[in-house]
Amino acid sequence: MRFKLESALPFGLLFPSVAFLALLILAPIGQAFLLAFQTETGEFALAAFQRMASDTAFNEAVRNTFLLLLTIVPLQIVLALAMALLIHARLRGQTLFLYVFAIPMAISDLAAGLVWLSIFTERGYLNSILQSLGWIQQPLLLLSYQNPQGIFAAVVVAESWRATAIVMVILVAGLQMIPRDFFEAAELFGAGTLKRTWYVVLPLLRPSLQTALIIRTLFAFQTFAVVFALAGRTLPVLAGEAYTWYYSNRNPAVAAAMAFLILLLSLLATVVYLRVLQVREEERAR
Amino acid sequence: MNKRMFLVASFAMILLVVAACAPAPTPVPTQAPPTAAPTVAPVQPLVLLSTQLKPVEEAEKMRKSILAGFTAAKVEFVADDEGPFQDRIIAEQKAGKVTVGVIGALHGTFPVLLQANALEDLTPLLQKLQDRPIVKEFLTLGKLGTDKQYYVPWMQATYVLAVNKKALQYLPQGADVNALTYKQLTEWGANIQKATGQKKLGIPAGPKSLLHRFIQGYLYPSYTGGLVTTYKTSEAVEMWKDFKALWEYVNPQCTTVDFMQEALLSGEVWVGFDHTARLINAFKEKPDEFIAVPAPAGPKGRYYMSVVAGLGIAKNTPNKAGAEALIEYLTRPSVQAVTLREVSFFPVLESDLPTDLPAAIKLEADGVVKQSKAKDARVALLPIGLGAKGGEFNKVQLDTFTRIILKGEDIQKVLTEEGANLQKVMNAAQAPCWLPDPISTGACQVK
Repeated sequence: MRFKLESALPFGLLFPSVAFLALLILAPIGQAFLLAFQTETGEFALAAFQRMASDTAFNEAVRNTFLLLLTIVPLQIVLALAMALLIHARLRGQTLFLYVFAIPMAISDLAAGLVWLSIFTERGYLNSILQSLGWIQQPLLLLSYQNPQGIFAAVVVAESWRATAIVMVILVAGLQMIPRDFFEAAELFGAGTLKRTWYVVLPLLRPSLQTALIIRTLFAFQTFAVVFALAGRTLPVLAGEAYTWYYSNRNPAVAAAMAFLILLLSLLATVVYLRVLQVREEERAR
Repeated sequence: MNKRMFLVASFAMILLVVAACAPAPTPVPTQAPPTAAPTVAPVQPLVLLSTQLKPVEEAEKMRKSILAGFTAAKVEFVADDEGPFQDRIIAEQKAGKVTVGVIGALHGTFPVLLQANALEDLTPLLQKLQDRPIVKEFLTLGKLGTDKQYYVPWMQATYVLAVNKKALQYLPQGADVNALTYKQLTEWGANIQKATGQKKLGIPAGPKSLLHRFIQGYLYPSYTGGLVTTYKTSEAVEMWKDFKALWEYVNPQCTTVDFMQEALLSGEVWVGFDHTARLINAFKEKPDEFIAVPAPAGPKGRYYMSVVAGLGIAKNTPNKAGAEALIEYLTRPSVQAVTLREVSFFPVLESDLPTDLPAAIKLEADGVVKQSKAKDARVALLPIGLGAKGGEFNKVQLDTFTRIILKGEDIQKVLTEEGANLQKVMNAAQAPCWLPDPISTGACQVK
């Protein structure tokens, strides 16, 4: 009896997470797959994908999504690294830094978008401050559809503010796992702060950087609440289009096709990161 | 912890997870049954599922004041987006497990539900409501082209212009603010820009705005006398040209505006078009600053859109008597007056508006009445019979707008391409034309 119980234990312990994955992740993926590839009559076809790709906003959505990704992700990694190093430097009040930096994580993305909208809009905080300082006579129209660069910049700022903290938390955790001896050894050999960062911190931080990059890139493919709030319909992105196809255009098939495309892109990005930033066995063992 | 304890604990955990996954027992209502409920046994709350009154403030007013006087059953008011709303009703019908009682939606939603066989025949209920002077046209609409009543009209709304009084001094020479044309509106915007240096006209064009209704029910009919049939005519080209000229004076931030009242209150917009429920806060918060005036007229008249919301009953609902009682309640003249006061949707009854209205509602009602009684006034209806294709129908107009107005593409080319898209939608839905297009047999054709 006892023997049986013990051999069943691993399966028993795995069961909850397997059931969770199967019910809440795998089954919906299967349903989305059917929705995207099946026509109303039940045949398998690519009609939904054709409709998706022939849409006027599609090319723009792909372009904007990648532009945002390529701008925001590197920016956030650099910012988050700086923040993490600042916390790691163990200055006085480092926990305060950590808490302040982490605040945006607690705010939902749509709320974050609305907060930044109230800053950037014509009668928003930014214009009010600039006007009261006498720097401008008329409010600046930062979010006009005629000023796509301005809208893009506003989205980059808002997204960076909102989602840098999660990258920072991962990097702080990674930094804390690097043994202090390494820094002391480096110092002993006369390495300055820059050299220490370059030769000790960055290589040893690679596993965390990989995780952070993957998570951030996946999130970037899903960005849309902030974009919706700040740009309205002038800056279409993939996730936003998927939402619009389901909620406004009432075409679940095309929405599912869009979701499928996002899934594919996310998988592709993950594979690329895993390959490019390959973590060696000894680093993983740590 | 020794090994055996660990084993026991982990199995206990698995059991807990399995138990949590099992279907939950039906909740037992904890509240005591209301006293004045002679006919209906309040076993479960009566669900009123609605696509209307979805903004949080409106939903709260529905729950706390409009429904407060209804004692026959405990009502659970649930407001949702069109998509999940239809999915829930149709899924419940397919599963044979109906929880929804009353359905509140715009006219255009009901044909989809009827197609899914999800609506009760309300003809017997209407017999009991003979004393209500419900507008005849609305009752006809509620038959959905059959000889049975599938919804009872609930409330109506329309779209008007809200005007900041500061803008009145810049009205073009000879223009009457209560009888504007689209060209005069453009001129007005130009005058305001000349004087203030700012673009202060407002057309809501955000992602959740009702911009498509402005194109469908106002611009297109006013210029072409139709919508679908005239989508790419030379009159339509003229219309888009004029709209482009008008857009020169529209605040460029309007592409993020969903509710015009906010832009009006902040002063970013002085003359703004929107749904009455999306303008009302401007009148409420600054009644001295704003007036409501009719929408402009085009060469074919002053077309305006009349939005009718109705109440239906889900087929095989567990509490049909309660659902009928709720519809009876919501169409009472006194409750219709409360609805107008609280959420500024207008009554569907032919009787005059109550006189004791708050100032904001009076201001708005003034514009609404002037619009419907204007000499050149004509009615356009919300799209009918499009079913699930309603979303893609709106998309055609919105894409046309984005391409012509925002991206500056060639008007004729866009109209030809989007006209083809429009025809595909009409063919897929097999929807005949509706007002103002001439009635057709078979799918409405783009000419």
